Amino acid sequence: MQPSIAIAAPAAPRPVAAADPKVKSSIRNLNFYYGHLQALKNITMDIYEHAVTALIGPSGCGKSTLLRCFNRMHDLTPHTRYEGEIRLYPDDVNIVSPDVDPIEVRMRISMVFQKPNPFPKSIYENVAYGLRVRGIKSRSELDGRVEAALRGAALWEEVKDRLDEPGTALSGGQQQRLCIARALATDPEIILFDEPTSALDPIATASIEDLIISMSGNVTVVIVTHNMQQAARVSNYTAFMYLGELVEYGPTNELFTRPRQQRTSDYLTGRFG
Amino acid sequence: MASTTRSLIRPRVHHRDLRERIVEAILFTCAASAVAITTAIVVVLLVESAGFFERVSIVDFLTDTMWTPLFAEARYGILPLLCGTVLAAGVALIVAVPLGLMVALYLSEFAPVKVRETIKPFLELLEGVPTVVYGYFALLFVTPLLRNFIPDLPGFNVLSPGIVIGIMIVPYVASVSEDAMRAVPNSLREASYACGATRLQTTLRVVVPAATSGIVAAFMLGIARATGETMVVAIAAGQQPNLTLDPREPAATITAYIVQVALGDLPHGSIGYQSIFAAGLVLLVITLLFNVLAHLLRMRFREAY
Repeated sequence: MQPSIAIAAPAAPRPVAAADPKVKSSIRNLNFYYGHLQALKNITMDIYEHAVTALIGPSGCGKSTLLRCFNRMHDLTPHTRYEGEIRLYPDDVNIVSPDVDPIEVRMRISMVFQKPNPFPKSIYENVAYGLRVRGIKSRSELDGRVEAALRGAALWEEVKDRLDEPGTALSGGQQQRLCIARALATDPEIILFDEPTSALDPIATASIEDLIISMSGNVTVVIVTHNMQQAARVSNYTAFMYLGELVEYGPTNELFTRPRQQRTSDYLTGRFG
Repeated sequence: MASTTRSLIRPRVHHRDLRERIVEAILFTCAASAVAITTAIVVVLLVESAGFFERVSIVDFLTDTMWTPLFAEARYGILPLLCGTVLAAGVALIVAVPLGLMVALYLSEFAPVKVRETIKPFLELLEGVPTVVYGYFALLFVTPLLRNFIPDLPGFNVLSPGIVIGIMIVPYVASVSEDAMRAVPNSLREASYACGATRLQTTLRVVVPAATSGIVAAFMLGIARATGETMVVAIAAGQQPNLTLDPREPAATITAYIVQVALGDLPHGSIGYQSIFAAGLVLLVITLLFNVLAHLLRMRFREAY
């Protein structure tokens, strides 16, 4: 696949996916604590189905912390605490409630990390991992879903003849697309991206951005990025966070062209952060 | 702007150079002595063994089934000693590998910080117990205990010291494998959890495979330790060269033979005296082999991710 080179393109915010979008998940009065340190303060926002929502803000603003609430990654760190709700629809359950099994949540919400982190296994086994932990053993089903996921991550053509080679032998950009395939394989309802291109070169970045744009419409995407142009290029909605608070949230084109808050406009124009 | 004081840059100060060079030379001598001593040991082993092999053919040494250098009708087959060594090490590994691996798995992946901080000092303590204590532990505690299950077990046998050596090297196997598992980057664990894996799945499907070469290296080091172990077998296995693969029988290992003979007063240069060196050479080759293997495996796992 020849990745299109669209790095220099000016921020041309993408239109909102649908006139009356469905809410996939709603965050209500979410507070999050690392020990005594409050990292998220009373966040309330809706995530729209089959749209790309970007979380932006300066380092330490809580954007990654918020992202990691969606798949309960914080449960792996001792002394963390959620307060408030993230309701997932259509089930209408609060996925940060202590009564909800984080494994069940991660079965439906997958994640792509900042640095490509393929397992030291074959390309095939990397993609099949999530399916195998769900107990899927049928070779034909695995084959089909691995291929579909690799196609979805625009990697199939590059690796179809060497599925047995280690995933760690791929280039950085290919490794990240492999991780996207791994996240796609389990048919998630939401995919979380935590600064997925910060360790990649511009060409690999462009191909990942194209991929994220092509995914919207089929799957709900939430992406954390420190790169405002990236947020403008790939997202339908953007949330600007600062010091653990949600400052402004709206359709990407509105937030970038007519920010309502002074702090948002200061950040967008590079006055801080 | 604040005023700054600068020292002048002077020409080279020669006495300083000299002092540095003297210190460096002393340190180098210390470091080099390790190499020198190792080389000296190998040379002595080789020279004395050469004397031994002038009188005994290598073929006899490797194929004869009797080891009786101190008898009137002396036979010099290393096989019985090798057999005892392999048997004792084998029993030790059967104990140490699963136990050490499970301890490492628990400490690296499951134990809360507080529990780990409590268990680790005990493991290190276990490592520090003098081997002679383990020897008497095998002879006076484990053997009688085993007799409850195997009534006709002789007072000296390979099983009991084997088990005790196994317990002895558990901390060793555990700490090296734990290091290997903890060296697996956290990003891989996160990736696994994010796919919906449980902790057990993450441990068995991601952490252990990623740490395999390190874990195997731990086993190799364990083998090297077990074959080199002397006191426990000398005390509890019976010091009787015995070509057998039954751990219930008494037997002697290479190390036990060396201790036994070295304690007696053999004339310098006699063949019995030289036989110690030949046996020692075999032992050195075995432990060296496993150490090198372990080293190679560890180098590999360092590059794996």
